[in-house]
Amino acid sequence: MEAEEIFNQVVAAAQALGVTEVEAILGGAEQALTRFANNAIHQNVAERTTHLSVRAAIEGRTARASTNRLDAASIRAVVERAIAITRLTEPDAELLPLAEPAEYRSVARWSAPTAHSTPQERAEAVAAAIHVVEAAGQTAAGIYSTDDTQFTLMNSRGVRAQYRETMARFSITAMASDSSGWAKASACDLRDVDPLGLALSASRKAAQSAAPRELPPGRYTVILEPAAVLDLAGQMFGDFSATAVRDGRSFLNDRIGRKIFGENITIHDDVSHPLQSGAPFDGEGVPRRGLTLVEGGVVRDIAYSRQAAAHAGVEPTGHGFPLPNEYGETPANIVIAGGDTPVEQMVASTDRGILVTRFWYIREVDPYEKIFTGMTRDGTFLVEGGRVTAGVRNFRFNQGLMEMLSNVEALSPAVRASGEETFDMVVPAMKVRGFNFTEVTRF
Amino acid sequence: MKDLALRALDAVARGGVTYADVRAIETREREVTTKNGKAGHVSGAESQGIGIRVLAFGCWGFAATDDLSKDGIESAATLALEIARAGTAAKKADVALAPEDKYQATWVSPCAIDPFSIPVDSNLAVLLAVDQEVRRNSAISLAEANMHFERRRQVFASTLGSLIDQTRTSSGAGFSALCYKDGEIQKRSYPNSFGGQYQLKGYELVEQLDLLRHAPRIAEEAVALHSADQCPEGEFDLILDSSQLGLQIHESIGHPIELDRVLGTEANYAGMSFLTLDQLRHLRYGSEIVNVVCDARLEHGPGLGTFAFDDEGVPAQQTDIIRFGRFTGYMTSRETAAAVGETRSNGCMRADGWARLPLIRMTNVSLKPGRQSLDEVFGADHAIYMETNRSWSIDDKRYNFQFGCEIAWEMRGGKRIRMLKNPSYSGISTEFWNACAAIAGPQHWTLWGVPNCGKGQPEQVMGTGHGASPARFRKIKVGGAYGG
Repeated sequence: MEAEEIFNQVVAAAQALGVTEVEAILGGAEQALTRFANNAIHQNVAERTTHLSVRAAIEGRTARASTNRLDAASIRAVVERAIAITRLTEPDAELLPLAEPAEYRSVARWSAPTAHSTPQERAEAVAAAIHVVEAAGQTAAGIYSTDDTQFTLMNSRGVRAQYRETMARFSITAMASDSSGWAKASACDLRDVDPLGLALSASRKAAQSAAPRELPPGRYTVILEPAAVLDLAGQMFGDFSATAVRDGRSFLNDRIGRKIFGENITIHDDVSHPLQSGAPFDGEGVPRRGLTLVEGGVVRDIAYSRQAAAHAGVEPTGHGFPLPNEYGETPANIVIAGGDTPVEQMVASTDRGILVTRFWYIREVDPYEKIFTGMTRDGTFLVEGGRVTAGVRNFRFNQGLMEMLSNVEALSPAVRASGEETFDMVVPAMKVRGFNFTEVTRF
Repeated sequence: MKDLALRALDAVARGGVTYADVRAIETREREVTTKNGKAGHVSGAESQGIGIRVLAFGCWGFAATDDLSKDGIESAATLALEIARAGTAAKKADVALAPEDKYQATWVSPCAIDPFSIPVDSNLAVLLAVDQEVRRNSAISLAEANMHFERRRQVFASTLGSLIDQTRTSSGAGFSALCYKDGEIQKRSYPNSFGGQYQLKGYELVEQLDLLRHAPRIAEEAVALHSADQCPEGEFDLILDSSQLGLQIHESIGHPIELDRVLGTEANYAGMSFLTLDQLRHLRYGSEIVNVVCDARLEHGPGLGTFAFDDEGVPAQQTDIIRFGRFTGYMTSRETAAAVGETRSNGCMRADGWARLPLIRMTNVSLKPGRQSLDEVFGADHAIYMETNRSWSIDDKRYNFQFGCEIAWEMRGGKRIRMLKNPSYSGISTEFWNACAAIAGPQHWTLWGVPNCGKGQPEQVMGTGHGASPARFRKIKVGGAYGG
């Protein structure tokens, strides 16, 4: 059934109950994931899902109901539920009428080979990657996934915002007797993901970090590969939100316009960046605008939903979550400007330091000082005299982000990075002085 | 639902399989939140679908769909088989399953007050009253409160001949008070952070929590933390409240005993475990007074890990995990039980919905109550007492952990002598449990719910239960989070 036809049923059901302001998000996805461990495929799954979410707006009240059934009776029922809940909520004087229609940038992020990838194709790519690791006497574990997702946001004022995207992800951990290595990549087109290259990289790291040395905790110069930068620096962007600042829960509460990072840190939010993914509109159908979040270390822009923008007397930036919600908005297409120092050159210029492949289990220790803790994992190396000399046991860190991003000595060109602790972003590798490792674990 | 499950099972069994099971699930949820005197997120959701798991050609295949037409089910069954066949491209050995009986059963979790019979405006009225009480303290910047209710009916059918119909109703509620002033953010939550308390109960849970009564104290503590001393760095005797201890159990016992982690099948994401197979029945995991069970039975309590059968049709069981300090058991599945010499799964396979494959997940992993009184637990000469989790992190083999709490007090001779802000503690899992010196008795034991445990690829979010009483630990490293 076409989205427009379903929306007509939503509108008709709402009108039958005397409600004219209604919004619907209709989505569907086909996702497949081939998972391997111990050099064999062990979990191999596919799912097909549908989603219809309806929001009613009645005299300053709003609420949402959702279903995955798209027959006429279920559509009518979800509209009735949304309206019934809405009528029971308290009016909010700040609630705005539904968004008006707008023009959206065109972004091409769907690829037929990714959408039509078969279990056999994924299995063959996995088998080849396993072979690389197994040939090195190591054990491989990882995933190869392909997704095809689409959704349409429609409202009774004429908003029609459609988006479809494919995404391929390959991640691999190579394990030796006392060491491991990891690599991961994602792209909208699976032809831009190289499972064999990632397997080779993970395997080399596992071999190179064998017989890890134990170093004492302390302040070290670190070279953070892009996935490590992503997963740590990526923790702060939810605070670049007007609603978070208004609530007093952002570390930017009194820091907008102030220089809090080094001059070499510039960060944009740019949905049209060629390495980015995601829809060019927000949860109400407002077009995403580009933001300069940080320029030369100074906090410039933050994101505004329609409601936050109205409260502040500015224009919305197109970063709002679907309503109703308590969080407001967030930048979603982060691009940290890179430099021209490749990782190899960072290593060559380091007398003594630690090279970090990835971080793990990152959690906020202090919300205002923006201190995070976490562990290194799957490829942590000692750098001495300009070269990698040994693997080291994994460290725990407790590190403030403002301090870290004030101590960046070099940046690599930015790449699309994929980790496990936050969403994918475009970030460089970084060489950082004085990184705070506080403990060492047993492996 | 039963017809749906049996139709799907028939469709996949016709394809020639070694084994297959189907879970047909319908779910109803409600989420209500408030923020600073207004409704926040107010929503209701319903979902229905099936997950088909097949063992064919020696490999697993799994396909899920919400297209419940005849063609939709046939298509998912065909895809599950195609996926299993593709697995032969990288197969080391045929999957073998521990034997299990067949069961015909219907089970409904106890629920005194159907949460969906309470109107949304009543939910909002309760939360807004709490919100108002919190913000009566003018220093509070942000008051948030929430309720969440879920009812899930699952019909499980397998080629063994099992047909199991289970309905579980769970509820959760809590609130928090945040105070931002003078370049510092402090927060207190009740009855726990990150959403409060969750149990396998109906609306009676919300009534039992008595949220409103605790609102003034929580607000007051959030403000008082600003003028409290910083938690010192050093080695101290440490007393934990039962909610923080519940999370400590979750991270440093619950995850390491997942046998799939031990065997390497989670290595790429969640990681592995320090509990290698040679440690079973040998490792001194904790001190003599540490006894831990994994127990999905209703007798254990209304936990988020309570059920009658797991998601591969194995009855709920109790397994000793630590007995008098000795490590005695893992959580297993039909596929993995043989790896530890067991002839049967102990029933820990769970999926977070119809679209996802069952994995080994915690059920209720609980520290049994001790014999000490609360006065004895708090009776150390000098200790630091911490309450309510603020942050948690542990390495990928579950050795090195660091937890932060919302609030602490320095204790002397069982008395609170000063409040401390930004408390944290860290250590190595086995060293920590071996330092356990006192555990309070059953009257102080609470079965806490962790509603958001992540594991698997694609990631699944599961609710788990953890019972604990307040306990004391000797010479623990405190304050390292702000060190360096």
